[in-house]
Amino acid sequence: MSLHTGTLAALVHRLSGILLALFLPVHFYAIGTTLESAAAFDALLAWTQYPLIKFGEWGIVLLLAAHLGGGLRVLALEFLPWRDWQKSLAAAAAALALAVGLAFALAL
Amino acid sequence: MNVKAQAVLWVAQRASAAVLALCVTVHLATMVYAIRGGLSAAEILSRTRGSVGWLVFYTVFVLAVTVHAPIGLRAVLEEWFGWRGTARDVLLVGLTLLLAVLGMRAVLGVFL
Repeated sequence: MSLHTGTLAALVHRLSGILLALFLPVHFYAIGTTLESAAAFDALLAWTQYPLIKFGEWGIVLLLAAHLGGGLRVLALEFLPWRDWQKSLAAAAAALALAVGLAFALAL
Repeated sequence: MNVKAQAVLWVAQRASAAVLALCVTVHLATMVYAIRGGLSAAEILSRTRGSVGWLVFYTVFVLAVTVHAPIGLRAVLEEWFGWRGTARDVLLVGLTLLLAVLGMRAVLGVFL
């Protein structure tokens, strides 16, 4: 199968969406549960300091940025007269994801 | 599913996407800003507790995600796994409720 830019962008958008949908209930549950006490929430935050968890967090942020970029690409293709911009939009989506990933990694 | 219902889902998916584009941008920027110098419960709660602005923002965010994620998964389950029908829709309604309840519980948790 040849992987065209548009196909690859759609695949990344879809896979990131699936993973985010799996992550969200866990994210909401963790926040809702640990906030019952500041100590429990701080314990959760301490847990997120492990390198592997940090890496996972960074991955989730990257997925979120990638899904945002991919979504903006879809909206632009569907609602704006930019049909010749397939590759530019895919590149812009990738650039956005990388920029956010870098900003988050530098702030970690 | 009839054409009208399909159209409603399509519009709901695009409308929620547009809302989420704004919400995710704000959320990402807030996270990058907030994690500088480490996070603490006190720091997060000092920002959100009693803040009607953040309450409204995160309520809109959770509701938009509650609409968006199940519709997106619906397409994936149908196109990749050929799964359609009642069982799939029951699962998706379950996910919708799960996201709404857990999401609003978290939002109210940081506000109250």
